Amino acid sequence: MSQLRQKVLILYLANSALDSEVKGWTHYDGTGRAAHTTGDSDRPPYSSGLNALLDGWRVIQFPQLNPPYPGLEYTTSFQIYEYIFEKLEAIDG
Amino acid sequence: MVDKKYLLTTAKMAEFVARGFLRFDELVPDEINRAVMVAFDTGGIEAAPAGTPLSHCYPEPSPIGAILRMPEIQGIIHSLVGPDPLFDHHAIHVRQPREGNAQGMHGDSIIDTRMHFDIQLMYFPHEVPLEMGGTLLVPGSQYRRINEMDIARYQNFAGQIPMVCKAGSLLALHHGVWHCGRQNNTDRKRYMYKIRLNPVVRQYRLWNTDDLAAMNGGPKRIFTREHNAVADVQTILSRGEAWYEDGGGRLEIINRVKMWRFLTGDESFDVHYWLTRLENMPEVRLAA
Repeated sequence: MSQLRQKVLILYLANSALDSEVKGWTHYDGTGRAAHTTGDSDRPPYSSGLNALLDGWRVIQFPQLNPPYPGLEYTTSFQIYEYIFEKLEAIDG
Repeated sequence: MVDKKYLLTTAKMAEFVARGFLRFDELVPDEINRAVMVAFDTGGIEAAPAGTPLSHCYPEPSPIGAILRMPEIQGIIHSLVGPDPLFDHHAIHVRQPREGNAQGMHGDSIIDTRMHFDIQLMYFPHEVPLEMGGTLLVPGSQYRRINEMDIARYQNFAGQIPMVCKAGSLLALHHGVWHCGRQNNTDRKRYMYKIRLNPVVRQYRLWNTDDLAAMNGGPKRIFTREHNAVADVQTILSRGEAWYEDGGGRLEIINRVKMWRFLTGDESFDVHYWLTRLENMPEVRLAA
């Protein structure tokens, strides 16, 4: 009997639009079929967030658009446009 | 005193301010590389207490001392942090053969809000092919305010740089550059020696500034091809990185301009009019 496992894809985009360019990416594979780690690929899996949707990934988190804290308007820190996607895949139970 | 010919040029210094690192391939001679490997394999290298002047560290005979006393490397150190900086710490990083995972992405030490900066020298005593990993750098990340492994979620960035190099290569890094040790998929150990150095003088025009005035350039026609037609400081500081967000990439240019002003004392320096525009807050009132 098969069971479902979650695969997670995180894409860091150029701006708040889901169809903007991918700047960074992270995979976690709950099926155990692939082991991803830091620095393991030099090409993004998709050119945009929209292209991930077209390949069957479901968005489960949109980044909130918060105004910068006063005094930190010009400070750079984490990637702001972090979109989280999932796919559910069957494994043999 | 370091001979001026070994100091960094203004263009190299601008590259450091923009990207947070400089790379020097095959700088250290093979005989020293081999001596370092022997030292690593036979008990390591003794560290001095934190805060020791670098000139008091690694007394002869020491292969690491021989590297740090090379005039080329003295020139790099002097240009970035000045004469006889303080030894902070060193580490011999080893990535074991066939490691399953890489190190998480991180910035060293803790969040650091200074304009003054430390440098870290990373020295690669043997050849590092891509399958051996190499230290992974995220160019231009040095001004991002993050705390150590908070960024471990980030696995890959467009334009990331795996340090694939020949023996004897060296990286000079701003302390804030994001990096990690990539996984080693060979049957051999991978070594990298890292040393952190703290300045004891104000980081003000420490490189070879003979060409500074010519390289700074003056106001340009922005949003035209002319703006970046010459590889001067403004052009170097305006080059984006592939992983920058659209808006964040512009803020990184502001960070670079502020650092260039800090290093040169030229408070009118700008790139693309970004900061000058914001600083224009006239208070002169016309007569009624």
